[in-house]
Amino acid sequence: MSTITLDSRCPTGPIEDRWDNHKFSMKLVNPNNKRRFEVIVVGTGLAGASAAASLAQLGYKVKAFTFHDSPRRAHSIAAQGGINAAKNYKNDGDSVFRLFYDTVKGGDFRARESNVYRLAQVSVNIIDQCVAQGVPFAREYGGLLDNRSFGGAQVSRTFYARGQTGQQLLLGAYQALMEQVQLGTVRLYTKTELLDVVLKDGRACGIVTRDLSTGEITSHSAHAVLLCTGGYSNAFYLSTNAMNCNVTAAWRAHRKGALFANPCYTQIHPTCIPASDEFQSKLTLMSESLRNDGRIWVPKGFDDNRPAGQIPEAERDYYLERKYPAFGNLVPRDVASRNAKTVVDEGRGIGPLKNGVYLDFSDSIGRLGESVVRERYGNLFDMYERITGENPYQVPMRIYPATHYTMGGLWVDYNLMTTIPGLYALGEANFSDHGANRLGASALMQGLADGYFVAPYTIGDYLAGMLGDPVVPTSDPVFTLAEAALRDDINRWLSVGGTRSVDHYHRELGKIVWDQIGMARDRNGLEKAIAEIPALREEFRTNVRVLGTADGINQSLEKVQRVDDFFELAELMARDALWREESCGGHFRVEHQTEEGEAKRDDEHFANAAAWEWQGADTPQQLHVEPLDFEYVKLTQRSYK
Amino acid sequence: MTATQEAPPLTPDITVAPVMKRPSKRLPFPLVYWQTAVGKKWIMALTGAALMGFVFFHAIGNLKMYMGEEDFNHYAEFLRDLLYPILPHTVALWLLRIGLIVAFGLHIAAAASLTRMNQKARPVRYQSRRDYLAANYASRTMRVSGIIVGLFLLFHLADLTWGVGFINSEFERGEAFANVTYSLDRIGVAAIYIVANIALGIHLFHGAWSMFQSLGVNNPRYNGARRAFAAGFAVLVAGMNISFPIAVLTGVVG
Amino acid sequence: MNLTLKVWRQDGPHTGGRFETYQAADIKDEMSFLEMLDIVNERLIEDGREPIAFDSDCREGICGTCGLMVNGQAHGPQKGTATCQLHMRTFRDGDEITIEPWRAAAFPIMKDLIVDRSPLDAIVEAGGYINANTGAAPDANLIPIPKPVADSSMDAAACIGCGACVAACPNSAGQLFTSAKLNHLNLLPQGQAERWKRTEAMVERMEQFFGSCTNHGECQEACPKEISIDFIAYMNRDYIKAKIKNRKLQGQGFP
Repeated sequence: MSTITLDSRCPTGPIEDRWDNHKFSMKLVNPNNKRRFEVIVVGTGLAGASAAASLAQLGYKVKAFTFHDSPRRAHSIAAQGGINAAKNYKNDGDSVFRLFYDTVKGGDFRARESNVYRLAQVSVNIIDQCVAQGVPFAREYGGLLDNRSFGGAQVSRTFYARGQTGQQLLLGAYQALMEQVQLGTVRLYTKTELLDVVLKDGRACGIVTRDLSTGEITSHSAHAVLLCTGGYSNAFYLSTNAMNCNVTAAWRAHRKGALFANPCYTQIHPTCIPASDEFQSKLTLMSESLRNDGRIWVPKGFDDNRPAGQIPEAERDYYLERKYPAFGNLVPRDVASRNAKTVVDEGRGIGPLKNGVYLDFSDSIGRLGESVVRERYGNLFDMYERITGENPYQVPMRIYPATHYTMGGLWVDYNLMTTIPGLYALGEANFSDHGANRLGASALMQGLADGYFVAPYTIGDYLAGMLGDPVVPTSDPVFTLAEAALRDDINRWLSVGGTRSVDHYHRELGKIVWDQIGMARDRNGLEKAIAEIPALREEFRTNVRVLGTADGINQSLEKVQRVDDFFELAELMARDALWREESCGGHFRVEHQTEEGEAKRDDEHFANAAAWEWQGADTPQQLHVEPLDFEYVKLTQRSYK
Repeated sequence: MTATQEAPPLTPDITVAPVMKRPSKRLPFPLVYWQTAVGKKWIMALTGAALMGFVFFHAIGNLKMYMGEEDFNHYAEFLRDLLYPILPHTVALWLLRIGLIVAFGLHIAAAASLTRMNQKARPVRYQSRRDYLAANYASRTMRVSGIIVGLFLLFHLADLTWGVGFINSEFERGEAFANVTYSLDRIGVAAIYIVANIALGIHLFHGAWSMFQSLGVNNPRYNGARRAFAAGFAVLVAGMNISFPIAVLTGVVG
Repeated sequence: MNLTLKVWRQDGPHTGGRFETYQAADIKDEMSFLEMLDIVNERLIEDGREPIAFDSDCREGICGTCGLMVNGQAHGPQKGTATCQLHMRTFRDGDEITIEPWRAAAFPIMKDLIVDRSPLDAIVEAGGYINANTGAAPDANLIPIPKPVADSSMDAAACIGCGACVAACPNSAGQLFTSAKLNHLNLLPQGQAERWKRTEAMVERMEQFFGSCTNHGECQEACPKEISIDFIAYMNRDYIKAKIKNRKLQGQGFP
């Protein structure tokens, strides 16, 4: 049994002063000494690129790693909607406190107040920083920044760059990173994947990587390691995440002792294009803004095979408008998603595979005219038509929920340090700010907050105590042993000599995760998952076929290791979901709902974060609980009636 | 980095070696433009514009052919006396000729150097058939049409300016009209003129459009007009030039 | 539908390559081009043959990782579409589809259909940024940017860095990529301080790797974001000016 006690190291005092006081109380590293410290940043998405650039600007020696061929390919690039900031440029009553309040409440009271308040505070600086870097945010005619209301927020606080906000923010951070690379303050390693985190005397001292082009296994040492490696939605196989998104970096850190918190908090996005066949590789998200003008419905009858246009008005069920008259089609993501699942499970799904619901714009087109609808959603309609071959101006869109973001991740304290000293987790890879549910346009905000404005300060507090300590040389046994183990691993995969592809097993795993640990979970299903996943994993490990060699590009070999980690993670997701006997945010337990079918929290027992400690490959993880206090936001039950 | 220094060295994450060598030393302004491809394209556009002016006025001037021998010869003589008496006889003409020679020289040298660069940029061609969408016949045959026009220029000079014996045995200095009509009355020579001027038209069709692009004097509002200008200019010049051999052959002139 | 694929296979960067022919049976209209390749690969693996290596990531046409020469066209026949967003309904039963990697001296083939595009990063490193140290930024609304300027800058910034412009260009020129980044930054008031230095450095870095522009316009047709070649003209203009401006900035005056 471990004796870890989770110390969030949250400062106390008035919430609006906590971050400032904390910054003042942290130890500093003298500017001249910063170059004596080496920092490794893994991942070059919003969090990673911004952290690497900012640390290098401060004077640290940075090594940045990405498994892509360029930092600009990180999946942050696919975020469409926007980024929140409490600028109150719209004069509609927004404030740091309101953004903090909305985020805590939206997260269903499962996030730390101190962290969220800090996030809301620095949101303002993020916009300033991005504009200075040349991010072409949308403007009003007067030249000032435009905002829109997003994801059901009551104020307009979302900054956006067409439907490509994530791309533009990432390019800003990428460009800042490339400037530092050119200056020689960051050494960039592309096409290099982290395979292990290395510890010496309980502290993170480096990583082991594989060069994806040559297959070379190499060690890199540093005084601190930052994991900015994103979320784990691809455990579902079908998600809106990019093909290569994986949990490997976070998971291997977890296996080395970093606690993994709230893995069951996964967000399902309600407006994605339904899968068209079994071989679909990923799902495409359509901006949530479509729900502003589209009406969601399914036929009232079961197994109705008529085309949408032939179903008379009286035989349509606008189920969201019926059940939630106040919010109608604009209910939060989790509510919209769950209701879609309910009607599809009832057998009222539409489309060739009966796996979607209609999102119908005919009323809006009738009311506003096609040109207004085209102006608002033209690019989304084009995208839909490109993918499905159907014209959404004439027939209703088909949509269905898909996994899209994971709120859980490596447990970190207020300084973003995991339970391994010297190992940090930033962005989606950590669990800190969104609680059980993330609000729209908050992911970009959190990634950049961590990278630009939090980690660059907090890391100094840790490094200051190591002044004069050299990095652990890569010839040290901790590195050479780790390298040898990884080479063995790789050879083992190459010599399994099974019959089925890695994708086959990933797909099978995804089915279990989606069916049992998806939008609605119950004890039976979760127990079934806990039994089925290890069995499938066993088959995977003995019957997967990885062709080719270890030296050079081998995409099956890359995938097999990632999928292996997804298997272990999926099991933990099920255990976490089973343990959390309540419904909150992205976690919905069928046993815990109100009479109206809404999520029912149990604040008395579960106002906490569940952090799991690795106990070895054959022993279930041990649970540690971090209680959460709510001093500023009163615990209330959400209601969208 | 100060402005006149080279771009800083490549970092280790760039895993591809440079394909082109950059000059080790920068030439003084404005020769420095010759050291880069964008600069060379700019020079090609400027010299191209000058040469367009030449072919245009050359064709306009030759229209005098339709007014008869006297007018035509008078025009030819006038060119020699251009700006006389400010300048002595033929000085202005020679200045123009030197300008044209320099323009031709730079235009051709830049084209040759950029062609070499482009070949180095793709040493291994696509192994399957390319399907071009925007690149038209004119743009893809600039080198061929340019070479045809260049060779024709030499032939044309030998034929009607220098009067090289085996090309134009009847050549007589000062008798421009007779020289032209004699030369173009031969079906083979007329054919050369027609083919070469079709090549010139094709060359102009891309060049007159491309020029604006290389100079950077474009505006989305005028992009359509640029295409129309290029097409009109090419048809006009080629049409005028091709009309001469046809007119001579059919007896309209001569 | 059933298709015949002719796919370029090459074991490594230093070996020769060849076309190999594969049958892709039972392909559905709704599949994307890359899903069709996924299926071919899955069948290859089950036959014990090495799958075709190709790059892809987001599969929504924004990350720029994918890129194939499909029947002689960069990203295939559909305009304004990256390979991952190309769907099989564009093809007919019985079609023969030829798939090649990008080809340019600056994009060496690593394996099969994967190329190394790091020279694009090299161009950005040379100056494709606005220097703004974290924390030093003034309020975001301090400098108004007229909407048309922000819109035009955004048009240029939409580039996804896939390299299709280079692949499609008969000269392997990198002009569209470079000019898109330059104009994104050069149009903005924030980008003015480094404008001329940036222009000179990025163009000259580009010319270390890529061919020259002969204004074919192929890049614009191939670009999945339909970025206009007008930006190339603006870059040309800025580059010529930069040579003068940079001398002026150093007090050397003109000429």
